[in-house]
Amino acid sequence: MDLPMRRALFTGLLGGLAGVHVGLVGMIDSFQGRDTIADLITLGSMLPLLILLLVGWRAASPVKSAQLIPTGARTFILGAAAGATAGLILAALAALITAVNLRWILVNATPGLAEILQFGQGLVVGSLILIVGGALLGLAGASLHVVPPAIARSLAIAFVVSLAVALLEPFLGAVLRNLGLDAVEEVFFAGGGLTLVGAIVVFGLTAAGIYAWTTRGEGARERVAAMPADRRRNAKLIWYGVLFLLLLALPQLVGQRLSEVVGTVGLYVLLGLGLNIVVGFAGLLDLGYVAFYAVGAYTTAVLTSPSSPVFAPELPFWGALPFVIIAAALIGLMVGTPVLRLRGDYLAIVTLGFGEIARTIFLSAWAQPAVGGAQGILSIPPPLPFERDPQAIYYPILLFCIIAAVAATSLASSRVGRAWNAMREDESVAEATGVNTTVYKLLAFMLGAAFGCLSGALFAAKIGVVFPQSFDILVSINALALIILGGMGNIAGVVVGAIVLVGLPELLREFAEYRLLIYGAVLVAMMLLRPEGLLPSRQRQAELHERESDEDQYAETSGEETGRPVVTI
Amino acid sequence: MPARRARLNLVNIFLWVFGGAILALSAWGAFLTLSEGRISPSAWQTLIVAGVALGSVYALIALGYTLVYGILFMINFAHGEVFMWGAFTAFFAASALNDIGMIDASPLLAFLLVLLTAMLVSMLVAVLLERVAYRPLRGAPRLVPLITAIGASLVLQYTARGFYGSGVRGYPGFGLFGGTVELGPIRIDVVELVVIFAALALMFALYFFINRTRTGRAMRAVSEDKDVAAMMGINVDRIIVTTFAIGGLLAGAAGILYTLLFNQVHFFMGFLPGIKAFTAAVLGGIGNIIGAALGGLLLGILEQVGPNLLLTGYGIPSPNQLQDVIAFTVLVLVLIFRPSGLLGRKENV
Repeated sequence: MDLPMRRALFTGLLGGLAGVHVGLVGMIDSFQGRDTIADLITLGSMLPLLILLLVGWRAASPVKSAQLIPTGARTFILGAAAGATAGLILAALAALITAVNLRWILVNATPGLAEILQFGQGLVVGSLILIVGGALLGLAGASLHVVPPAIARSLAIAFVVSLAVALLEPFLGAVLRNLGLDAVEEVFFAGGGLTLVGAIVVFGLTAAGIYAWTTRGEGARERVAAMPADRRRNAKLIWYGVLFLLLLALPQLVGQRLSEVVGTVGLYVLLGLGLNIVVGFAGLLDLGYVAFYAVGAYTTAVLTSPSSPVFAPELPFWGALPFVIIAAALIGLMVGTPVLRLRGDYLAIVTLGFGEIARTIFLSAWAQPAVGGAQGILSIPPPLPFERDPQAIYYPILLFCIIAAVAATSLASSRVGRAWNAMREDESVAEATGVNTTVYKLLAFMLGAAFGCLSGALFAAKIGVVFPQSFDILVSINALALIILGGMGNIAGVVVGAIVLVGLPELLREFAEYRLLIYGAVLVAMMLLRPEGLLPSRQRQAELHERESDEDQYAETSGEETGRPVVTI
Repeated sequence: MPARRARLNLVNIFLWVFGGAILALSAWGAFLTLSEGRISPSAWQTLIVAGVALGSVYALIALGYTLVYGILFMINFAHGEVFMWGAFTAFFAASALNDIGMIDASPLLAFLLVLLTAMLVSMLVAVLLERVAYRPLRGAPRLVPLITAIGASLVLQYTARGFYGSGVRGYPGFGLFGGTVELGPIRIDVVELVVIFAALALMFALYFFINRTRTGRAMRAVSEDKDVAAMMGINVDRIIVTTFAIGGLLAGAAGILYTLLFNQVHFFMGFLPGIKAFTAAVLGGIGNIIGAALGGLLLGILEQVGPNLLLTGYGIPSPNQLQDVIAFTVLVLVLIFRPSGLLGRKENV
């Protein structure tokens, strides 16, 4: 057996094991309840299909180390072999589950899972379907290498977009209904996913659009570049204006219940923008970001709530805000100063420790007289003098997000931003060229703390109560995951990251349970495949790819991994 | 540059004042507690023994951090999850053995079987982790493998949750280890004694392995200089995998000893012991094997004795809730005053 074939079989094996993994953690079973295309395919059965497609695509890709590029019929054979191997493993899993009761160990090894895997066709027929279907899907995946790259790219992106539209059904459906477009909604969406018509239309339109953009986009880009500067600025302003109006109308468009979700996404955008300053700009990996969030929330709670235990001045939200900012500066200094001398991983663990210290203290009996301990603080007034209404609380969140975004953009291109850049790239060199690293590090922590505290304050005002349980390490992990997915150092990236990682799980109940598993996988996959994120800042991308050309013995392997062609996500 | 020096001094002064204040407060708290004499000498003894037992578990986990750091200069953030996987998987071995009555019939053999299962599973997870998450990223910027490690740690945690369920499971007890023994004036739980001795035995085995075997010598060579070691005909990749495997074996053993002390497993059990063991490794001097063992013991004792000794004097209610705060404060203080740890080399931070 030659090298490409061995690799194809190995890829199939890995894919099969990945399928076993998602099956046994229970994802397939619990995603079964949601249709991606109504009455045709569910999200649960979509998972193995996706894996099989990817396996086929990967098996037929060029072997970098030996510079072998499979061509012609060989491509299809490799894809089919890999797909069939993966299918075989899934069939074996299904057979094993039906034959032996493993549920006392593996809680999700249920007969239901076997039935989904075998398409409800029983052992023999089901296994055959899996193996043959696996080969066919692997073949389909491999065929992406045969068609022209522009078409393959359009198809892949269109697939991802259609999947995203199907998953966003609760959101998009509500928007269409609120716009009075019930008829459109009925044509496109049904049963928590797309209708067949909807799927075809969305897929077709996106594929055509992307194809046109990749083949003819060059001309359009050139025309834009050739426009006079003031016209380009006007176009930009119009674009921002439209975006702003859309954002203003958003709560009315999506309605009461989804405004809640949009608000949460906004809070995380704010958190992400703040953490982005600390991690993305200054390169200080802070894993205790939740400490800032908690301090902001508790400061607001103590100052505004009438039921705060010892000290209850009952300020309005906006009156408490200056104090939140002061608290942020102080906590930023308190966290920042002890870690000034630490680099990289040490800094990460110490800040993680600070986050845990904050939560433990807020929870302890010692601090209970001041902040209520496990009972928390209740009845925090909302920021606007209406009833607690998610559609109203959205506006202050939006306001602060815009302020933070503008501040972050202008900081990035200022002297401060350049100093941070230099510091992130090489602290010693930065210091040698006259960058006062002490001051700039503290500044990064204080600004990050300010955004984190503001987000915390809004969080407290949004839900009206604070409990120490709301401030565990997962908040830090959420914020970190979203800036890494979106692309560090980039504001659009933060927004996209927040929508995908915070918005989607809030919309889809099925996701909630697997949210952290998915986060973990996202972190690992992004670091392995695309460390600059989905929407990288141009500078960051340049930095990361410059490093790969270092002539380090081990850099070669990392270059090979990161240089792999990627079909987005 | 006089201006620059003045600035650095300001930071130094702040750090020393900050650290000094914490130390002074601790000393005053200890003085208050002891002068009030609210806690009896025998209670102190119990706390110290419990601290040594817990500390020897921390030490075993800390060895995994230190070994990997010594060779790759990276913190294997997911090591706590390696520990959890061994303990959690061995639970099923233990309950199966319990069902067939083997734990009652020959408890020692059953215990060894469970221990072996845990060690093997942890080793497997550690090796897998290295292969999938860390090897492709060798030579990448320092933050990249750390972020991967955080991701891997989440994946391992929630995979365990998905596979084994989210509930807390009670370990079947090994009747053999019940009761207490009198050692001179001190009464010790047999379990604690077993934990301490098992940990010690493993640490001696490790010390022997590192210092007396060919592979151990190769490991030391790789940690000195990878390139030169490779030129001497050492397969660096294989040594790195071996290091992860040994760390995994120790973590699996630690998992079983931990469940002997606390009698339960669940999917989140790796997080805190993981961070504390890291603290122990830093306290002892990361990269230093004896340091990790020492740091573990010290941290275990501090954690058991600390809250009662330092906080009771101030009249703080239920000081044991603040146990974790003490562990983390130790970490911060060590990194401020002696970042190379008690026995560490200077260039490590």
